[in-house]
Amino acid sequence: MRGTISIKAMLAGALLAWAGAAQAASLTVGFSQIGSESGWRAAETTVTKAEAKKRGITVKVADAQQKQENQIKAIRSFVAQGVDAILLAPVVATGWDSVLKEARDAKIPVILLDRDIDPAGKDLYLTAVTSDSVEEGRVAGAWLAKTVGDKPCNVVELQGTVGASVATNRKKGFDAAIAPHANLKLVRSQTGEFTRAKGKEVMESFIKAEGGRSICAVYAHNDDMMVGAIQAMKEAGLKPGKDILTVSIDAVPDIFKAMAAGDANATVELTPDMAGPAFDALKAYKDKGTVPPKWIQTESKLYTAADDPMKVYDSKKNLGY
Amino acid sequence: MRALRSGAPQLLAFAAVLLADRLASPQFLAVHLQDGRLFGSLVDVFNRGAPVALLSLGMVLVVATGGIDLSVGAVMAIAGAVAASLADTYPLPVVLAAALGTGLACGLWNGFLVASLRIRPIVATLILMVAGRGIAQLITEGRIVTFASPDLAFLGGGAVLGVPMPVVLVLAMLLLTLALVRGSALGLMIEATGGNARASALAGIDTRAVTVAVYAWSGLCAALAGVVAAADILGADANNAGLWLELDAILAVVVAGSSLLGGRFSLWLAVLGAFIIQAMNTGILLSGLPPELNLVVKAAVVLVVLLVQSPRLAGLTLLLRKP
Repeated sequence: MRGTISIKAMLAGALLAWAGAAQAASLTVGFSQIGSESGWRAAETTVTKAEAKKRGITVKVADAQQKQENQIKAIRSFVAQGVDAILLAPVVATGWDSVLKEARDAKIPVILLDRDIDPAGKDLYLTAVTSDSVEEGRVAGAWLAKTVGDKPCNVVELQGTVGASVATNRKKGFDAAIAPHANLKLVRSQTGEFTRAKGKEVMESFIKAEGGRSICAVYAHNDDMMVGAIQAMKEAGLKPGKDILTVSIDAVPDIFKAMAAGDANATVELTPDMAGPAFDALKAYKDKGTVPPKWIQTESKLYTAADDPMKVYDSKKNLGY
Repeated sequence: MRALRSGAPQLLAFAAVLLADRLASPQFLAVHLQDGRLFGSLVDVFNRGAPVALLSLGMVLVVATGGIDLSVGAVMAIAGAVAASLADTYPLPVVLAAALGTGLACGLWNGFLVASLRIRPIVATLILMVAGRGIAQLITEGRIVTFASPDLAFLGGGAVLGVPMPVVLVLAMLLLTLALVRGSALGLMIEATGGNARASALAGIDTRAVTVAVYAWSGLCAALAGVVAAADILGADANNAGLWLELDAILAVVVAGSSLLGGRFSLWLAVLGAFIIQAMNTGILLSGLPPELNLVVKAAVVLVVLLVQSPRLAGLTLLLRKP
């Protein structure tokens, strides 16, 4: 008899403990990631997992392989599993209405990461954590204007993929930043399609068309193109970072290696940590009911050789870039 | 001589594109030595055109059998990924053997699907086109794998007697392919298979072996192109290496005057076709036109080159001239 009771008591105790643990081990969050389109995405996924772990959040990652239908399926399955919140890095801007309504009906808040969706769906998500790519271009332009000073300077630009909003915005911000400085002249601008190979090929043509010595600075919409351009400058017998100043965007590990070697001057970070601010906003919303602003902007931080590039490289190299 | 005459439209087109490039950029033809390597826009045309030229060497044989190989861009990515991953731990011969062997295996797989399972070439090679990039991403784990090995880098950035290594490789592959295909009856068998596979089989040609052989060669050429592309940027970019280059290779073959229905082919014209395409690309980059126009200009030039070759159009001009 006594034996049974004690077993019952133990069971009850275990149950209570389990329930308590479930309450304390707070949130489960589903994350619909676009897929492996770039090293940055891989880094974003790595950082998201790390940030979740830091906060004791359980995160379930679904890789959509660049397909919206897979993202919609993932969201539906997260809703069915009854997660506490959903992070969505939307592959396209439209077509989310019905699935986001399902999430809203299930009272599951959705937070957008890195990209925004069509304005019509504004009430369907809690907040969007993104970087301002116009601001990134502006930071890059401001750095160049400050570094060059009053000297005349011919700038060449390696654009991202034609028509990509990131490329349009990074150009817009840069143009705006150098516009007040009459000594900075944008002499050539071509697309390097965000890739190393094209960045190198286009830089080769710039060097030949303008003459390597008359180019004073190169601005690339991403670091990968700049890494290619640095090779092109070296092969042409020029010293990147000295003969020609370089400024690019993204802050991927390899640009820090180039910076440590003196081949690159500056990069503007597109932080892979979009989930950190998202989790903070989510916690505040769940615990205190604080409704975050519709847009949480991440910092566009400038890195130069003064920021110990080797140390930054070491901190970034294992993120999956 | 006969070869030169048959290639007249292509040579003319190449000369015209180079002339247009010269007009767009006054220093286009200027060439000088830089660190023991020829340096100039004209050199860029051949250097940057090398990967597509290598692809077109394999593609032209596949097209001659009436097939098509959509997987070459993906095979480039795989071979580049293999080469870059091994470059810093193994000597160059091992790295090359692994990369080219992978390409050969991919080609054999395509050949098996087409020749033995009788899957339509466009579908059979589409499988590897889609899956191949995924395989490459698996090898690189989705990141750009960089290497420091000077041996492999030499294949992209080195030079022999001032001639960039990629161009040397194209010449070597062209001569090797010529020797294999035109030095034996193999070329004839390929053309016969493309012309009429049934009749060729009845005439005693092992059309299945011919088909497997051309896809295998295409895979090998694509792998070499992939190694060159990786050596050029000192890294393997699985997401972008060789992306859409299968289309440029097909275009090069078409510009070379081959029929997509199979039959006669010319190896050196296919290589020339690749350089015509690259001469356009380089010219557009030098011209300073806004990037939005890149593809429009390219399309217009390709259209003109194809129109010039069209027998219908030639007939039409003759008709107009007669009265």
